[in-house]
Amino acid sequence: METVEQIRDRLLARFPGAAVTVVPNPGPAAQHSLLLGAERAREIAEFLRDDPVLQLDYCSNVTGVDWPGHLEVVYHLYSMARKHGPVILRLRTANRSDQVTLPSLTPVWRAAEFQEREVFDLFGVVFAGHPDLRRILMWDGFQDHPMRKDYVEPDDYEWEPTAHGDVLAKAKRHAAAAGSAPAAGEAGA
Amino acid sequence: MSAADPSLLASAPGPQIRAVRDEFHGDLLEVSMGPHHPSTHGVFRMMATLDGETVVKLKPVFGYLHRNHEKIGENTTYLGSMPYTDRLDYFCAMTNNWAYALAVERLAGQAVPERAEYLRVILAELTRLLNHTCLAGFLLQDCGASGTPLMYAFREREKILDLFESLSGSRMMCNYQRFGGCRVDPPPGWLEAAGRLVGGYGGFLDEYEALLTGNEILMARTQGIGRLAAPLAISAGVTGPMLRASGVDYDLRKVDGYGFYPRFAFRVPLGAHGDTYDRYMIRMLEMRESIRILEPALRDLPAGPIIDPKARLRGFRAKPGEAYGRIEGPKGEIGFYLISTGGPNPYRYRVRPPSFVNLTILEDLCLGHSIADAVVILGSIDIVLGEVDR
Repeated sequence: METVEQIRDRLLARFPGAAVTVVPNPGPAAQHSLLLGAERAREIAEFLRDDPVLQLDYCSNVTGVDWPGHLEVVYHLYSMARKHGPVILRLRTANRSDQVTLPSLTPVWRAAEFQEREVFDLFGVVFAGHPDLRRILMWDGFQDHPMRKDYVEPDDYEWEPTAHGDVLAKAKRHAAAAGSAPAAGEAGA
Repeated sequence: MSAADPSLLASAPGPQIRAVRDEFHGDLLEVSMGPHHPSTHGVFRMMATLDGETVVKLKPVFGYLHRNHEKIGENTTYLGSMPYTDRLDYFCAMTNNWAYALAVERLAGQAVPERAEYLRVILAELTRLLNHTCLAGFLLQDCGASGTPLMYAFREREKILDLFESLSGSRMMCNYQRFGGCRVDPPPGWLEAAGRLVGGYGGFLDEYEALLTGNEILMARTQGIGRLAAPLAISAGVTGPMLRASGVDYDLRKVDGYGFYPRFAFRVPLGAHGDTYDRYMIRMLEMRESIRILEPALRDLPAGPIIDPKARLRGFRAKPGEAYGRIEGPKGEIGFYLISTGGPNPYRYRVRPPSFVNLTILEDLCLGHSIADAVVILGSIDIVLGEVDR
């Protein structure tokens, strides 16, 4: 199979002006990846799927990563026709708060349907063009994104006062706040 | 006019009766099957919209067992996640362990001694026997054959679990693989016991298949039901026996050649129709091939260490980098994606569960079939909610 550098060069020749860079993997696995700009990611994905040399017809794994400053979505692509891979694609959001929209690759590989829903649910990346973007593992009324590194679990479960220090401290906080409104982040009833 | 009037009977052929029925514009019926329904193999819900008995829309709903496995994996050490992988697909702890160990070994560039590679192949193929035997039992249970096939399956499964218990100390939560090898050597007599089990398994399969494969009811309930076309299967990332039942030759044991699989001669059975019967039959055929792997593996198991002496388990750290490791689990491709930033915990720990991705096409398979067939189709996908929900 071609190296990521060769794939990048072919992509740049085919899509002039597109943002395609190689993200090297310094570890022993040496599975390098391609960072794509969000604007032309869908076209590039379709090209990679249909290209007769690569024929990356199988999208195995889709997942999110929460980095300081941005969210990242990683796609592991293989070819069932040519039995090679992986080619790893990465897409990055501009920040972690208000600019978290990325193009959905579900129209290219159906395998991304549930996995992108999971990334939306647990990381909060919004996939534009996804046919059915709903929460998948958490319930619909849930507010936050639990896989983010700064996620704080809502203080709304029933606690058992035991002798453990942290539970006892929590029980004292509850006693002090008795009668107050439910904690922020509590799901809608 | 009485019903006995011969002129009336003669003038009432089938098409007229159908024409009358078409005038009933019944409402669509929404049925929430599950999460507590015996056919859903755990806490799984199918939101089905029915026209009469025919499925016109079906949305799977899950997450009832969600415990954020991946977050827990990021908050514990590399070794600390190993016993937790047992709980993903709790039928196939050995293959979950192997997939995770493989990903960590890729991440750290860790070698594995020969004896451990053989043991991994042996345990993975025993797991495949166990999983496929039980799947056939569950599938028949879903068809309404209460008891007998499932009890036969569980009788054989128990024998394999006895082997796992004497090896690892636990029937299902084996926690057996380590980065760079395996945890303990098989106890005296284990290989002989495994050899006896494998030697007798073909006879059990003959008996099982005599009951099932040519069974008229099984054929009526599964043939032509839930056809999965190869292009959709590939696009939807379906893997494992489900993919091969649709005729796509993609088995990671051959494609990736991980472990010592290239040393063993075995065939990859492929289906022709992609229906539920093919998905059943593929599993039966795969078990025969597993026996063909197990016999030479048990015979040729080399002596030597079971874990690389340089392997570090406690206090394991990997250099910054990432790795995706995958194996052919009994249900499909089980993969682990790890990102290390040099710390004692993985920065990102991701499980690629096969039955979660295989569920993508559940609605496509069920459309146009009756709700009773949807139960059988779900059974043939072979899901385990511990892995779907994580």
